[in-house]
This record gives sequence, structure tokens and C-alpha cells, in this order.
Amino acid sequence: MTLIDLANPTRFLSLASRALPWLAGATTILLAIGLYQSAMAPDDYQQGATVKIMFIHVPNAWLSMFVWGVMSVAALGTLVWRHPLADVASKAAAPIGAAFTFLALVTGSLWGRPMWGTYWEWDARLTSVLILFLMYLGLIALWRAVEDQSRAARAAAILTLVGAINLPIIKFSVDWWNTLHQPASVMRLGGPTLDRAFLIPLLVMAVAFSFLFVTLHLAAMRNEILRRRVRTLQMIQVAQSGRRSA
Amino acid sequence: MNAMSLGPYAIFIVTSYMLVAAIVAMLIAWIAIDYRRQKRRLHELEAGGVQRRSGRSATELK
Repeated sequence: MTLIDLANPTRFLSLASRALPWLAGATTILLAIGLYQSAMAPDDYQQGATVKIMFIHVPNAWLSMFVWGVMSVAALGTLVWRHPLADVASKAAAPIGAAFTFLALVTGSLWGRPMWGTYWEWDARLTSVLILFLMYLGLIALWRAVEDQSRAARAAAILTLVGAINLPIIKFSVDWWNTLHQPASVMRLGGPTLDRAFLIPLLVMAVAFSFLFVTLHLAAMRNEILRRRVRTLQMIQVAQSGRRSA
Repeated sequence: MNAMSLGPYAIFIVTSYMLVAAIVAMLIAWIAIDYRRQKRRLHELEAGGVQRRSGRSATELK
């Protein structure tokens, strides 16, 4: 099966239906292993048991940016190749990305209160992630506000690509500005600074959440394709009833 | 996870995990319910005699 074949919505539905049970199974197993390892991880010498929040906060934070990256690639598919499956991929990813970003913000806040003494600080990292969350909400609103789906797709694609400017700002905000948020400790030049006792559960949880995203995204794309078929059939129904009454 | 071993900030840790579980469960439920809704609408339309131009079933996944 080539990439062109996958771009056909019917072929995509067939592939998604076959892949989803396996992806859901792999996600469940990975989450179970990750949660077990997170529970068994030792306390940090400074943060104590609150370090366990890292195992869910960091994967959600990574995915909040990764999902926008996926939507940016889909936006190119919409604007350059005008492919409807790219529109579907972008539209289906937005609510999932918004949920991951919301979780990154709230778990970060719940981690920040005992460690920093505050739930929120208007520093560069927290503010840029909040902007990312607001952009997700804006995209979802845009998809709902514009009736013509191809026009909505083009507008959403432009907004997505403009919003992608925020991704390097989020990533490097802790280096460019003096922030309360700690600097990168995993994805950095020179390798991770985390001890293996924390790094391994974190990476397992990151892979588990990535599988969760792929599973949810494929399922949401399948729903969106079916929704478009419903709309098409409703238009055919209206046209047929119009011909009958004429 | 034993809440007794989570120290003085157990409430923050447990709330974080519960919140993630709740939001992920909501996402899964929303997607599953939406799938059933779309399939039901398509079946209703096809039962009413509306067909795709290709003549193939709109709920065809294979």
C-alpha cells in the first residue's frame, strides 16, 4: 500500500478500522507499564513524591506541541495539495491537542504550587503554553464558525502555520528568558540530565501518550470522514426531494 | 499507588492523575459516542433510499 492509497478516504477508513484495535491494545499495555513504573519510581531528593507529577505533565506538554506540529504538516497538505484528508487530519487533531495542552497547564500548575509556592506565574514558558491553548480553542471555534468546510480548512491551515511560530518560542523560552520553569532536562544538547530511575518511566509514559494520541486521532479522523459523508448524503436527499416536488 | 507514601503533597499528585484519567476518559467517550452517532445517521439516510454517487455504502469500511 502506497502513501497515495492512504490518501483515499475509503482506503483510510479500511486501514484505520484494522489498525485501531491494535493501537488501543498497545496504548493500554504501555500505559499500564508506565503507570506501574511511575508508581514505583523513587522520591526525588528535593521534590519528594511530587516528582510523580512529571510522568504525566511532561508527556502532555510534549504532545501539546507535537499535535500542533502534526496539524502544521496537515496545513501544508491543505494549502499546497488541497487534499481533503489533510483537512480531516487537522480538524480531528485540534480538540485532542487542546485536551493535552489543558492537562499540561493544569498538572504543571498542580506541580508548581508545592514546588514554587504558586499555581501560576506569568513567565515565558507558562504564558506561551497558555497562548498555545488559546490558539487551539480559536482553531476549534473557526472550524465550527465557517459553514463551507473547504474555506474553513484554508483559514484554519493559515492560522495553524502562523501559530507554529509559537512552537520554538515555547521550546526555547526557558533558555531565552529568565523563567521560573526549569530548563530542558531530557531533550537537550549533551543528553538528558535526569537519573535513569526517572528517565525510563518518563520515556515509557511519553511513548504511551504518543500511542494514545495516534489512536484517538485515527478514530477522530474516521468520525470526521463519516460526518462528511452524512453531510453529502443530506445534500443529495435535499436535491432529490427538490426534484420530486418540482 | 499508595496515597500513604506520597507525603504531604499527596493531594496535588492524586488530583493530577485523577484529572488526566478523567479528561482522557472523556476524550475516548466523546469519540466513541460520535462514531456511533455518525454511523446511525448514515444507516438512517441509506434506509431512506439516499445513496452515494458511487453507489457504495457510506458506512463501508472495507
